[in-house]
Amino acid sequence: MNIHHPHARQRRARGAYLIVVLFMGTLIFAFFRIQVLGSSAWELRAVSNRIRTLPIPAPRGTIFDRNGEILADNVPGYSVTILPGPVDSVRATLSRMARYMELSDERIEQVIRTLQQYGREVVVDSDADFEVVSALEERRADFPGVYVEMRPRRRYLLGEAAGHVMGYVGEITAEELNSEAFPEYEYEAGMIVGKVGIERQYESRLQGSRGVRYLEFDARGRIVGDFEGVEMNPGAPGEDLYLNLDFALQQWVHDIFPDSMSGAVVALDPADGGVLALYSAPGYDPNLFVGGIDTDTWNTLNADERKPLFDRSVLGLYAPASTWKLATAGIALDLGVVTPDEVMPEPCNGSFRWGNRIWRDWDPRQQGFNNLTQAIGSSCDVYFYQLGLRIGLANLLRRATEIGFSRRTGIDLPQESQGIFPDEPAWYQTAFGYWPTEGEALNLAIGQGPNSQTPLKMAQFYVALARDGSAPAPVIARGVPVAEGWQLDLAEEHIEALREGLRRVTAPGGTAHFSTALEYWEVLGKTGTGQNPLSVRGLAEDHAWFAGMAGPPGEPPEIVVVAIVEYGGSGSRVAAPLVAKTADFYLRRKYGMEIDTIQTYQEFVRQGPVPAWYRKRFPEAGGGDR
Amino acid sequence: MIRLLDKWSIDPPLVFAITGLTLFGIAMIYSAGVVQFPNDVTSGAWIRQSGWFALALVSFSVLSRVPLRWVEWVSVPAYVVSIVLLAATLVIGSGRGTAAGVKSWIDLGFISFQPAEIAKLSTILVLARLLSQRDSGLVSLRDMLPAAALVSLPLGLVMLQPDLGTAMAFVGILFAVLYWAATPVVLLLLVASPVVGLFVSYDTVIWSGYILAVIGFLYLYRYRLFLFESVAVVLANFATATISRPLWNSLAAYQQNRILVYLDPEVDPRGAGYQVIQSKVAVGSGGFGGQGFTLGGQKRLDFLPEQHTDFIFGVIGEELGFVGTTLAILAFAYVLVRLVRMAENSSDPFAGLVLLGIFGAWLVHVFVNVGMTIGLVPITGIPLPFVSYGGTFLFMSWVAVAIAVRVAHER
Repeated sequence: MNIHHPHARQRRARGAYLIVVLFMGTLIFAFFRIQVLGSSAWELRAVSNRIRTLPIPAPRGTIFDRNGEILADNVPGYSVTILPGPVDSVRATLSRMARYMELSDERIEQVIRTLQQYGREVVVDSDADFEVVSALEERRADFPGVYVEMRPRRRYLLGEAAGHVMGYVGEITAEELNSEAFPEYEYEAGMIVGKVGIERQYESRLQGSRGVRYLEFDARGRIVGDFEGVEMNPGAPGEDLYLNLDFALQQWVHDIFPDSMSGAVVALDPADGGVLALYSAPGYDPNLFVGGIDTDTWNTLNADERKPLFDRSVLGLYAPASTWKLATAGIALDLGVVTPDEVMPEPCNGSFRWGNRIWRDWDPRQQGFNNLTQAIGSSCDVYFYQLGLRIGLANLLRRATEIGFSRRTGIDLPQESQGIFPDEPAWYQTAFGYWPTEGEALNLAIGQGPNSQTPLKMAQFYVALARDGSAPAPVIARGVPVAEGWQLDLAEEHIEALREGLRRVTAPGGTAHFSTALEYWEVLGKTGTGQNPLSVRGLAEDHAWFAGMAGPPGEPPEIVVVAIVEYGGSGSRVAAPLVAKTADFYLRRKYGMEIDTIQTYQEFVRQGPVPAWYRKRFPEAGGGDR
Repeated sequence: MIRLLDKWSIDPPLVFAITGLTLFGIAMIYSAGVVQFPNDVTSGAWIRQSGWFALALVSFSVLSRVPLRWVEWVSVPAYVVSIVLLAATLVIGSGRGTAAGVKSWIDLGFISFQPAEIAKLSTILVLARLLSQRDSGLVSLRDMLPAAALVSLPLGLVMLQPDLGTAMAFVGILFAVLYWAATPVVLLLLVASPVVGLFVSYDTVIWSGYILAVIGFLYLYRYRLFLFESVAVVLANFATATISRPLWNSLAAYQQNRILVYLDPEVDPRGAGYQVIQSKVAVGSGGFGGQGFTLGGQKRLDFLPEQHTDFIFGVIGEELGFVGTTLAILAFAYVLVRLVRMAENSSDPFAGLVLLGIFGAWLVHVFVNVGMTIGLVPITGIPLPFVSYGGTFLFMSWVAVAIAVRVAHER
């Protein structure tokens, strides 16, 4: 049969139709499966393809001082973030970005590592300049996966004056992410968290909860805009925080502290233990750390011999020296081994013989028999040697430990040094390998020996003296749980006797009179001259202490201030004026009076004649000069 | 007016269906250019395609008036020229777009074209000429040899480019033409069997069953086959089964990857599987009614690869939904059926064979192109006739239309 016969053609055509039906039917069936039966799954996939959730950083809570002044707040800033992608293209994008912004090769590699590790967006620069931002925005198509957003930037208004106490914020590190302090459900890579100081202490409160926005991206990672399908969640700003700190006082302390010196000043409110000022010199500006500190600045801070990053006020441990004699006196009164009016058998004549050695007095010129208040006033070592012997070593160790000299104050800061004080004679065995003789009591009685305290601890002790013997734990923030305070069991007349001793120090004829005499306020206090490894060898001055309290004359003290100036020499010369000037500033402001930079008697007479107020306040002194 | 158009078109059902497809294609190319971050190449593509369409209509008007015998006469020189061009492509050819490594284009400066497009047409013509001289069907493998040889030459050259998609079109042409030359379907299946065997040989059990089926088939049709043919088929099956493992190992990693990804795109979602996945996402998210013309999200955000050329059907799927894809597939089905109908009605053997050759080429193009957008077929760079963007391809497809209506309506 001819293959081209119409019937043959017809038969073959039928076969061909069948082929068309089979092939096209297969296609239609396959499309039916995908587009009709499976479309919802693919729709979801299409959305997840192009929508990415991005966190909106919550503005950190504002930190206010006791008068409502802002200590730390947020100013608008820009952050530059990059999304994960193929390593090569991310690296190329970052290299292109380096033309417009500061971006070292190490930083680029670090960003890439973080991207790979967490598989989510990484903040390249959390504090970008406006010029950088506009340069990147102009060339948006060149920077796939890069987006710029407003991001609140932390600002510390006191700067260097309050660097240690405020602390600073920075990007969370891998170690922090792994620690329990930063729970996984609240913290993610790239977040800005408090690192030290108050910022760290109240991190969870200040942080707030981050929001979420939904951004639409194209296949090359270019941002299209906000996705309209889902409402964004703006998050919640962090809680505001009110501190007991006094902005102006803190600034004042920073201003009056000698620039070339190192040390610390602690000011507490005896009423509630509130921290009015907490200063460590030298300081640093926490604003430098916001958005990542640059390496040079960091190295400079770290290498500085004066250790500006070290917070002396709560971490520095110093021999408390004569400021500790009040503790000896308090313990003796409490134990009843002495009465305030009792005169010690050995007079203050420069040295004391006990055992087989001579114990020297700091001032060999001292003369005469002393009772307790006189001994505090003149800081007579011989008196306290005898007092130490009366208390006995074991008692001294036990009572001082009970009072809390080997504990922390419990201040609301992430770090605080523990005071060092032996709790029992066996301590010596462990620490030094020998059993102590009673002679150790002599050393401890005058604030020497294995006794190291932080300025904050000494301030808390003087708060107890300014009150009824109890001392609440120092606390920086308001409305927060406060650590347990101190209870020093002392009769009221004993407290009064101790304060009388302190009054003698600053009264006419006392060692710190000229540097602490103020027109409106009564200052009580105790100097201290703390030996240190350098001063013992005659290579430097001793550390200068002054622990004091002040208030309107005849009324309970309203502020307790402790100052230590490293290698400052005598406490009355450098530390006492710091305390007086700090107290004067605080009290004048509290009572709405004008502030003057010429405050102490000493400052007045350096400027001119003896002021009239001095003759009125201290008629018995007769206006002597110094 | 309508009569005038009818007269111009010569075969109104075919020509107007294809005109409709071309206009539809231009609309979809326009839509493919509507993206979030537009670029000059894709956003102006529909205008260039329209220009080529106008040119194609002019050439259609002229070529559809050329006498059939001229076409028949020109087939042999055209075939020789296209073979030369294909060979030249391997030397001076260049790649394009994502297939930059494939040497399939010849660039003449003012114009560039794919010699394979010419080769497909000339091969159809030369095959038709060869087989139209027979009165009886092909009954043996030996009968098929000349035709197979004519196709193998351009097919081999195209494989060397390497352009697997076009090579498949040549296979489609060969089988369609042989079928119309009354080759028994059994014979065609037996010829195809070693290739099928190559793919099933990954599993010995399956292959054993398969070879038994082939042998059983041979036995059933033993009276219609020469013994040596049966032996050759069996031997060829064993040969391909034997070389399948070494062949697989000799493939480059990316080639193996392509096959693995075809089986499961999710094994490499960011690499080789990316195109299929994104295309499936586009088609799937189109749903029943589509996201609306120009409104496709995958397309707009550049997730759909090659969206105005090879993956134009993904745009159709996303924007027009199952309704659109079905109508488009039915339109192609109509064109294919019409070609067969024309062949059925044509008493001229040459005409019927040419029509079936065109049928075979377009069937492969449509099935492979549309199938790859949903992962039904491995991805090969092969455009959708009349719809995908590509000037010379559109032009040559319309030349094929002109030849089709000419040969079908020669009186």
